[in-house]
Amino acid sequence: MRALICMVLCLVLAVPAWAQSASDRASTGGAQTLEDILARQKGAQIDDAFRRDATGDPDIAAGITEQLGTLGGVSDPELWRALRYGSADIKVSAGGDVATVLVQDGGMNWLTLRDGPLRSYGGWGLLGTLAALAVFYLLRGRIRIDGDKTGRTVTRFAAIERFGHWLLAGSFILLGLTGLASLFGRVFLVPLLGKSMNAEILAISKWVHNNVAWAFVLGLIMVFVMWVVHNIPNRTDLVWLRQAGGIIGNAHPPARKFNAGQKLIFWSVIVLGGSISVSGVALLFPFELPLFAKTFSVLNDLGLVGLVGMDPLPTSLAPQEEMQLAQMWHAILAFVLMAIILAHIYIGSVGMEGAYDAMGSGEVDEAWAEQHHSIWLEEMRENARKSASSASNPAE
Amino acid sequence: MKAMLAGFAMIAVVAVGSNLVLNEAGFSSQDQQSGDAVRLDADH
Repeated sequence: MRALICMVLCLVLAVPAWAQSASDRASTGGAQTLEDILARQKGAQIDDAFRRDATGDPDIAAGITEQLGTLGGVSDPELWRALRYGSADIKVSAGGDVATVLVQDGGMNWLTLRDGPLRSYGGWGLLGTLAALAVFYLLRGRIRIDGDKTGRTVTRFAAIERFGHWLLAGSFILLGLTGLASLFGRVFLVPLLGKSMNAEILAISKWVHNNVAWAFVLGLIMVFVMWVVHNIPNRTDLVWLRQAGGIIGNAHPPARKFNAGQKLIFWSVIVLGGSISVSGVALLFPFELPLFAKTFSVLNDLGLVGLVGMDPLPTSLAPQEEMQLAQMWHAILAFVLMAIILAHIYIGSVGMEGAYDAMGSGEVDEAWAEQHHSIWLEEMRENARKSASSASNPAE
Repeated sequence: MKAMLAGFAMIAVVAVGSNLVLNEAGFSSQDQQSGDAVRLDADH
Protein backbone atom coordinates (compact mmCIF):
# COMPACT_ATOMS: atom_id res chain seq x y z
CA MET A 1 0.00 0.00 0.00
CA ARG A 2 2.79 2.36 1.00
CA ALA A 3 4.58 1.61 -2.24
CA LEU A 4 1.41 2.32 -4.21
CA ILE A 5 0.90 5.71 -2.53
CA CYS A 6 4.52 6.48 -3.19
CA MET A 7 4.15 5.67 -6.90
CA VAL A 8 0.98 7.76 -7.24
CA LEU A 9 2.66 10.69 -5.48
CA CYS A 10 5.67 10.42 -7.76
CA LEU A 11 3.42 10.48 -10.82
CA VAL A 12 1.39 13.46 -9.56
CA LEU A 13 4.52 15.43 -8.73
CA ALA A 14 6.17 14.54 -12.01
CA VAL A 15 3.35 15.88 -14.21
CA PRO A 16 4.18 19.59 -13.73
CA ALA A 17 7.83 18.77 -14.26
CA TRP A 18 7.06 17.17 -17.65
CA ALA A 19 5.00 20.21 -18.55
CA GLN A 20 8.15 22.32 -18.20
CA SER A 21 9.62 20.49 -21.22
CA ALA A 22 13.18 21.66 -21.97
CA SER A 23 13.50 23.78 -18.85
CA ASP A 24 12.95 20.73 -16.66
CA ARG A 25 15.68 20.94 -14.08
CA ALA A 26 14.50 18.08 -11.89
CA SER A 27 17.42 15.97 -13.05
CA THR A 28 19.88 18.54 -11.71
CA GLY A 29 17.97 19.21 -8.51
CA GLY A 30 16.95 22.67 -9.74
CA ALA A 31 20.42 23.70 -10.90
CA GLN A 32 21.04 24.70 -14.49
CA THR A 33 21.02 21.99 -17.13
CA LEU A 34 23.22 21.39 -20.14
CA GLU A 35 20.47 22.97 -22.28
CA ASP A 36 20.65 26.13 -20.16
CA ILE A 37 24.41 26.34 -20.55
CA LEU A 38 24.27 25.73 -24.30
CA ALA A 39 21.52 28.30 -24.74
CA ARG A 40 23.54 30.86 -22.81
CA GLN A 41 26.62 30.16 -24.88
CA LYS A 42 24.60 30.72 -28.03
CA GLY A 43 23.49 34.05 -26.62
CA ALA A 44 19.83 32.97 -26.52
CA GLN A 45 17.46 34.67 -24.10
CA ILE A 46 16.87 32.41 -21.10
CA ASP A 47 14.78 33.05 -18.04
CA ASP A 48 17.44 32.96 -15.33
CA ALA A 49 14.99 33.52 -12.48
CA PHE A 50 15.65 29.97 -11.21
CA ARG A 51 19.22 31.06 -10.39
CA ARG A 52 18.79 34.81 -9.91
CA ASP A 53 16.10 34.35 -7.26
CA ALA A 54 17.53 31.24 -5.60
CA THR A 55 19.47 33.20 -3.02
CA GLY A 56 18.11 31.59 0.15
CA ASP A 57 15.53 32.79 2.60
CA PRO A 58 16.74 33.93 6.03
CA ASP A 59 13.14 33.73 7.29
CA ILE A 60 13.22 29.95 7.19
CA ALA A 61 16.65 29.69 8.77
CA ALA A 62 17.14 27.32 11.64
CA GLY A 63 17.54 28.93 15.05
CA ILE A 64 21.05 30.05 15.92
CA THR A 65 21.46 27.24 18.47
CA GLU A 66 20.30 24.54 16.10
CA GLN A 67 22.27 22.58 13.57
CA LEU A 68 23.21 24.76 10.56
CA GLY A 69 21.68 27.72 12.38
CA THR A 70 24.71 29.93 11.92
CA LEU A 71 24.31 29.95 8.13
CA GLY A 72 21.29 32.22 8.42
CA GLY A 73 19.16 30.32 5.93
CA VAL A 74 21.57 30.96 3.08
CA SER A 75 23.92 28.33 1.69
CA ASP A 76 27.24 29.15 0.07
CA PRO A 77 25.94 28.63 -3.50
CA GLU A 78 23.00 30.90 -2.68
CA LEU A 79 25.35 33.58 -1.39
CA TRP A 80 27.49 33.38 -4.54
CA ARG A 81 24.35 33.64 -6.69
CA ALA A 82 23.35 36.80 -4.81
CA LEU A 83 26.82 38.23 -5.50
CA ARG A 84 26.60 37.18 -9.13
CA TYR A 85 23.24 38.88 -9.67
CA GLY A 86 23.94 41.93 -7.54
CA SER A 87 21.28 41.27 -4.91
CA ALA A 88 23.61 40.49 -1.98
CA ASP A 89 23.58 42.98 0.86
CA ILE A 90 27.19 44.12 0.70
CA LYS A 91 28.74 46.65 3.00
CA VAL A 92 32.01 48.34 2.07
CA SER A 93 34.19 50.68 4.08
CA ALA A 94 35.36 52.65 1.01
CA GLY A 95 34.27 53.25 -2.57
CA GLY A 96 30.57 53.86 -1.99
CA ASP A 97 27.75 52.20 -3.92
CA VAL A 98 30.02 51.47 -6.85
CA ALA A 99 32.19 49.17 -4.75
CA THR A 100 29.20 47.13 -3.56
CA VAL A 101 28.72 45.73 -7.06
CA LEU A 102 31.10 42.79 -7.39
CA VAL A 103 29.80 41.28 -10.63
CA GLN A 104 28.12 43.44 -13.30
CA ASP A 105 27.46 41.60 -16.54
CA GLY A 106 25.80 44.62 -18.18
CA GLY A 107 29.32 45.69 -19.14
CA MET A 108 29.53 42.91 -21.72
CA ASN A 109 26.21 43.92 -23.34
CA TRP A 110 27.39 47.52 -23.38
CA LEU A 111 30.69 46.58 -25.00
CA THR A 112 29.09 44.44 -27.74
CA LEU A 113 26.54 47.17 -28.43
CA ARG A 114 29.24 49.84 -28.57
CA ASP A 115 31.60 47.83 -30.74
CA GLY A 116 28.87 46.48 -32.98
CA PRO A 117 25.60 48.24 -33.77
CA LEU A 118 26.64 51.65 -32.41
CA ARG A 119 29.68 51.80 -34.69
CA SER A 120 27.99 50.31 -37.74
CA TYR A 121 24.62 52.09 -37.58
CA GLY A 122 26.22 55.35 -36.45
CA GLY A 123 29.03 55.27 -38.99
CA TRP A 124 26.86 54.23 -41.92
CA GLY A 125 24.22 56.74 -40.83
CA LEU A 126 26.72 59.59 -41.15
CA LEU A 127 28.15 58.32 -44.44
CA GLY A 128 24.59 57.84 -45.73
CA THR A 129 23.76 61.43 -44.82
CA LEU A 130 26.82 62.69 -46.69
CA ALA A 131 25.91 60.54 -49.71
CA ALA A 132 22.30 61.79 -49.65
CA LEU A 133 23.53 65.40 -49.54
CA ALA A 134 25.90 64.75 -52.45
CA VAL A 135 23.07 63.21 -54.49
CA PHE A 136 20.81 66.13 -53.61
CA TYR A 137 23.51 68.56 -54.73
CA LEU A 138 23.87 66.74 -58.04
CA LEU A 139 20.12 66.75 -58.63
CA ARG A 140 19.20 70.20 -57.32
CA GLY A 141 22.47 72.05 -57.60
CA ARG A 142 23.11 75.22 -55.67
CA ILE A 143 19.98 77.16 -54.75
CA ARG A 144 20.67 80.49 -56.42
CA ILE A 145 19.29 83.95 -55.71
CA ASP A 146 16.53 84.58 -58.28
CA GLY A 147 17.51 87.58 -60.40
CA ASP A 148 20.30 90.00 -59.57
CA LYS A 149 21.56 90.98 -56.18
CA THR A 150 20.42 94.44 -55.15
CA GLY A 151 23.76 95.48 -53.71
CA ARG A 152 21.92 96.76 -50.62
CA THR A 153 22.40 94.67 -47.50
CA VAL A 154 20.48 94.20 -44.29
CA THR A 155 21.91 92.99 -40.97
CA ARG A 156 20.70 89.44 -40.48
CA PHE A 157 22.61 88.51 -37.32
CA ALA A 158 24.27 90.87 -34.85
CA ALA A 159 27.84 90.20 -33.74
CA ILE A 160 26.74 88.62 -30.45
CA GLU A 161 24.44 86.22 -32.30
CA ARG A 162 27.21 85.18 -34.65
CA PHE A 163 29.59 84.81 -31.71
CA GLY A 164 27.13 82.48 -29.94
CA HIS A 165 26.53 80.50 -33.12
CA TRP A 166 30.23 79.95 -33.80
CA LEU A 167 30.95 79.16 -30.16
CA LEU A 168 28.36 76.40 -30.44
CA ALA A 169 29.33 75.34 -33.96
CA GLY A 170 33.10 75.27 -33.39
CA SER A 171 32.78 73.34 -30.14
CA PHE A 172 30.30 70.91 -31.72
CA ILE A 173 32.66 70.12 -34.57
CA LEU A 174 35.55 69.56 -32.15
CA LEU A 175 33.36 67.39 -29.93
CA GLY A 176 32.08 65.46 -32.95
CA LEU A 177 35.55 64.74 -34.32
CA THR A 178 37.03 63.79 -30.95
CA GLY A 179 33.97 61.69 -30.11
CA LEU A 180 34.26 59.85 -33.42
CA ALA A 181 37.99 59.35 -32.77
CA SER A 182 37.17 57.81 -29.38
CA LEU A 183 34.64 55.43 -30.91
CA PHE A 184 36.41 54.53 -34.14
CA GLY A 185 40.10 55.12 -33.27
CA ARG A 186 40.79 51.50 -32.45
CA VAL A 187 39.16 50.31 -35.68
CA PHE A 188 40.46 52.85 -38.19
CA LEU A 189 43.40 54.76 -36.68
CA VAL A 190 45.33 51.78 -35.31
CA PRO A 191 45.70 50.02 -38.72
CA LEU A 192 46.52 53.37 -40.31
CA LEU A 193 48.85 55.01 -37.80
CA GLY A 194 49.72 52.34 -35.25
CA LYS A 195 48.74 51.85 -31.64
CA SER A 196 51.03 54.43 -30.12
CA MET A 197 49.89 57.22 -32.44
CA ASN A 198 46.27 56.22 -31.82
CA ALA A 199 46.92 56.42 -28.08
CA GLU A 200 48.38 59.93 -28.48
CA ILE A 201 45.43 61.06 -30.59
CA LEU A 202 42.95 59.61 -28.11
CA ALA A 203 44.68 61.21 -25.13
CA ILE A 204 44.39 64.60 -26.87
CA SER A 205 40.82 63.78 -27.98
CA LYS A 206 39.84 63.01 -24.40
CA TRP A 207 41.26 66.29 -23.13
CA VAL A 208 39.54 68.26 -25.89
CA HIS A 209 36.23 66.41 -25.50
CA ASN A 210 36.12 66.83 -21.71
CA ASN A 211 37.02 70.51 -21.69
CA VAL A 212 35.48 71.88 -24.88
CA ALA A 213 32.18 70.39 -23.65
CA TRP A 214 31.72 73.45 -21.42
CA ALA A 215 32.05 75.80 -24.39
CA PHE A 216 29.31 73.80 -26.11
CA VAL A 217 27.04 74.13 -23.08
CA LEU A 218 27.72 77.88 -22.96
CA GLY A 219 26.99 78.24 -26.69
CA LEU A 220 23.81 76.21 -26.31
CA ILE A 221 22.56 78.46 -23.53
CA MET A 222 23.43 81.61 -25.51
CA VAL A 223 21.70 80.39 -28.66
CA PHE A 224 18.63 79.31 -26.71
CA VAL A 225 18.28 82.63 -24.91
CA MET A 226 18.86 84.72 -28.06
CA TRP A 227 16.68 82.78 -30.49
CA VAL A 228 13.95 80.92 -28.62
CA VAL A 229 11.44 83.74 -29.19
CA HIS A 230 11.98 83.52 -32.93
CA ASN A 231 11.60 79.76 -33.01
CA ILE A 232 8.13 79.33 -31.62
CA PRO A 233 6.13 77.51 -34.33
CA ASN A 234 3.37 79.47 -36.06
CA ARG A 235 1.03 79.22 -39.03
CA THR A 236 3.59 80.54 -41.52
CA ASP A 237 5.58 77.38 -40.91
CA LEU A 238 2.82 75.26 -42.43
CA VAL A 239 3.01 77.23 -45.68
CA TRP A 240 6.78 76.90 -45.68
CA LEU A 241 6.59 73.15 -45.09
CA ARG A 242 3.88 72.70 -47.78
CA GLN A 243 6.20 74.31 -50.31
CA ALA A 244 9.19 72.34 -48.94
CA GLY A 245 10.81 75.68 -48.20
CA GLY A 246 11.72 76.16 -51.84
CA ILE A 247 14.52 73.68 -51.24
CA ILE A 248 12.62 71.31 -53.51
CA GLY A 249 10.94 73.30 -56.27
CA ASN A 250 11.45 77.00 -56.92
CA ALA A 251 8.92 78.60 -54.60
CA HIS A 252 9.88 81.31 -52.13
CA PRO A 253 7.53 80.75 -49.18
CA PRO A 254 7.31 83.66 -46.73
CA ALA A 255 9.17 83.40 -43.44
CA ARG A 256 9.95 85.49 -40.40
CA LYS A 257 13.47 85.57 -38.90
CA PHE A 258 13.59 81.75 -38.95
CA ASN A 259 11.71 79.50 -41.34
CA ALA A 260 10.21 76.13 -40.40
CA GLY A 261 13.36 74.27 -41.49
CA GLN A 262 15.54 76.45 -39.30
CA LYS A 263 13.11 75.99 -36.43
CA LEU A 264 13.44 72.22 -36.78
CA ILE A 265 17.23 72.59 -36.67
CA PHE A 266 16.98 74.92 -33.67
CA TRP A 267 14.79 72.58 -31.62
CA SER A 268 16.88 69.55 -32.62
CA VAL A 269 19.98 71.36 -31.39
CA ILE A 270 18.31 72.45 -28.16
CA VAL A 271 16.62 69.14 -27.32
CA LEU A 272 19.30 66.74 -28.56
CA GLY A 273 22.18 69.05 -27.62
CA GLY A 274 20.65 69.56 -24.17
CA SER A 275 20.25 65.83 -23.59
CA ILE A 276 23.76 65.16 -24.91
CA SER A 277 25.09 67.82 -22.52
CA VAL A 278 23.29 66.37 -19.50
CA SER A 279 24.40 62.81 -20.24
CA GLY A 280 27.89 64.17 -20.96
CA VAL A 281 28.08 65.83 -17.56
CA ALA A 282 26.96 62.52 -16.02
CA LEU A 283 29.88 60.87 -17.83
CA LEU A 284 32.34 63.59 -16.77
CA PHE A 285 31.54 63.01 -13.10
CA PRO A 286 31.27 59.22 -12.94
CA PHE A 287 28.58 57.80 -10.64
CA GLU A 288 27.66 61.26 -9.31
CA LEU A 289 24.62 61.96 -11.49
CA PRO A 290 22.62 58.81 -12.13
CA LEU A 291 19.91 59.75 -14.63
CA PHE A 292 18.32 56.62 -15.98
CA ALA A 293 16.70 54.82 -13.03
CA LYS A 294 14.77 57.99 -12.25
CA THR A 295 13.90 58.63 -15.92
CA PHE A 296 12.76 55.02 -16.39
CA SER A 297 10.57 55.22 -13.32
CA VAL A 298 8.93 58.43 -14.63
CA LEU A 299 8.40 56.81 -18.05
CA ASN A 300 6.88 53.72 -16.41
CA ASP A 301 4.59 55.84 -14.24
CA LEU A 302 3.42 57.91 -17.20
CA GLY A 303 2.50 54.65 -18.95
CA LEU A 304 4.56 55.58 -22.01
CA VAL A 305 6.48 52.32 -21.89
CA GLY A 306 3.27 50.29 -21.78
CA LEU A 307 1.85 52.29 -24.69
CA VAL A 308 4.52 50.98 -27.05
CA GLY A 309 3.98 47.46 -25.75
CA MET A 310 7.19 47.18 -23.74
CA ASP A 311 7.68 45.69 -20.30
CA PRO A 312 8.34 48.27 -17.59
CA LEU A 313 11.91 49.56 -17.70
CA PRO A 314 14.22 48.67 -14.80
CA THR A 315 14.11 51.24 -12.03
CA SER A 316 16.90 49.79 -9.97
CA LEU A 317 20.21 50.10 -11.78
CA ALA A 318 23.77 49.45 -10.66
CA PRO A 319 25.95 52.59 -10.77
CA GLN A 320 27.98 50.99 -13.57
CA GLU A 321 24.80 50.33 -15.54
CA GLU A 322 23.90 54.01 -15.23
CA MET A 323 27.24 54.92 -16.81
CA GLN A 324 26.80 52.38 -19.61
CA LEU A 325 23.37 53.77 -20.45
CA ALA A 326 24.64 57.35 -20.26
CA GLN A 327 27.44 56.57 -22.73
CA MET A 328 25.10 54.78 -25.13
CA TRP A 329 22.47 57.54 -24.99
CA HIS A 330 25.15 60.23 -25.38
CA ALA A 331 26.57 58.54 -28.48
CA ILE A 332 23.26 57.69 -30.17
CA LEU A 333 21.91 61.24 -29.81
CA ALA A 334 25.25 62.64 -30.93
CA PHE A 335 25.06 60.59 -34.15
CA VAL A 336 21.53 61.85 -34.83
CA LEU A 337 22.56 65.45 -34.16
CA MET A 338 25.70 65.12 -36.31
CA ALA A 339 23.58 63.92 -39.24
CA ILE A 340 21.18 66.86 -38.80
CA ILE A 341 24.07 69.32 -38.52
CA LEU A 342 25.70 67.95 -41.69
CA ALA A 343 22.52 68.92 -43.54
CA HIS A 344 22.57 72.33 -41.80
CA ILE A 345 26.20 72.93 -42.80
CA TYR A 346 25.37 71.91 -46.37
CA ILE A 347 22.47 74.32 -46.78
CA GLY A 348 24.36 77.10 -45.01
CA SER A 349 27.39 76.82 -47.31
CA VAL A 350 27.52 75.12 -50.73
CA GLY A 351 23.79 74.37 -50.83
CA MET A 352 22.48 77.93 -51.01
CA GLU A 353 23.90 81.10 -52.50
CA GLY A 354 24.03 83.95 -50.01
CA ALA A 355 23.25 81.85 -46.92
CA TYR A 356 26.76 81.87 -45.51
CA ASP A 357 26.88 85.69 -45.42
CA ALA A 358 24.25 85.64 -42.67
CA MET A 359 26.70 83.98 -40.28
CA GLY A 360 29.89 85.25 -41.93
CA SER A 361 29.64 89.03 -42.08
CA GLY A 362 26.11 89.13 -40.71
CA GLU A 363 25.00 91.19 -43.74
CA VAL A 364 22.75 89.63 -46.37
CA ASP A 365 21.68 91.00 -49.72
CA GLU A 366 18.12 92.33 -49.74
CA ALA A 367 17.25 90.09 -52.70
CA TRP A 368 18.23 87.02 -50.68
CA ALA A 369 16.33 88.29 -47.64
CA GLU A 370 13.25 89.02 -49.80
CA GLN A 371 13.29 85.49 -51.21
CA HIS A 372 13.99 83.58 -48.01
CA HIS A 373 12.75 85.70 -45.11
CA SER A 374 10.23 88.11 -46.62
CA ILE A 375 8.20 88.83 -43.47
CA TRP A 376 11.35 89.39 -41.43
CA LEU A 377 12.72 91.78 -44.09
CA GLU A 378 9.45 93.72 -44.04
CA GLU A 379 9.67 93.96 -40.23
CA MET A 380 13.24 95.22 -40.50
CA ARG A 381 12.21 97.85 -43.05
CA GLU A 382 9.29 98.90 -40.84
CA ASN A 383 11.62 99.26 -37.85
CA ALA A 384 14.05 101.28 -39.96
CA ARG A 385 11.22 103.58 -41.11
CA LYS A 386 10.02 104.04 -37.54
CA SER A 387 13.46 104.89 -36.20
CA ALA A 388 14.06 107.23 -39.14
CA SER A 389 10.80 109.06 -38.52
CA SER A 390 11.39 109.30 -34.77
CA ALA A 391 14.86 110.68 -35.50
CA SER A 392 13.45 113.37 -37.81
CA ASN A 393 10.60 114.17 -35.40
CA PRO A 394 12.20 113.97 -31.95
CA ALA A 395 9.73 113.99 -29.06
CA GLU A 396 9.27 117.46 -27.67
CA MET B 1 34.33 86.93 -39.57
CA LYS B 2 35.55 88.64 -36.39
CA ALA B 3 32.62 87.18 -34.44
CA MET B 4 33.52 83.72 -35.74
CA LEU B 5 37.15 84.05 -34.68
CA ALA B 6 36.07 85.44 -31.31
CA GLY B 7 33.78 82.42 -30.89
CA PHE B 8 36.63 80.04 -31.69
CA ALA B 9 38.96 81.89 -29.31
CA MET B 10 36.31 81.62 -26.62
CA ILE B 11 36.25 77.83 -27.08
CA ALA B 12 39.99 77.70 -26.32
CA VAL B 13 39.61 80.00 -23.30
CA VAL B 14 36.72 77.97 -21.87
CA ALA B 15 38.54 74.67 -22.46
CA VAL B 16 41.78 75.77 -20.78
CA GLY B 17 39.82 77.49 -18.01
CA SER B 18 37.61 74.51 -17.25
CA ASN B 19 40.62 72.22 -17.19
CA LEU B 20 42.36 74.47 -14.67
CA VAL B 21 39.31 74.96 -12.50
CA LEU B 22 38.26 71.30 -12.41
CA ASN B 23 41.78 70.07 -11.73
CA GLU B 24 42.31 72.65 -8.97
CA ALA B 25 38.97 71.74 -7.44
CA GLY B 26 40.03 68.08 -7.32
CA PHE B 27 37.46 66.84 -9.79
CA SER B 28 39.79 64.60 -11.76
CA SER B 29 38.83 60.93 -11.75
CA GLN B 30 42.18 60.23 -10.15
CA ASP B 31 41.37 62.46 -7.19
CA GLN B 32 37.82 61.20 -6.94
CA GLN B 33 38.24 57.49 -7.39
CA SER B 34 41.63 56.64 -5.90
CA GLY B 35 43.56 57.25 -2.71
CA ASP B 36 47.13 58.00 -1.66
CA ALA B 37 48.02 54.33 -1.78
CA VAL B 38 47.38 54.23 -5.52
CA ARG B 39 50.25 55.28 -7.76
CA LEU B 40 48.43 56.58 -10.82
CA ASP B 41 50.41 59.70 -11.59
CA ALA B 42 53.70 59.15 -13.39
CA ASP B 43 55.25 62.05 -11.44
CA HIS B 44 55.01 60.23 -8.11
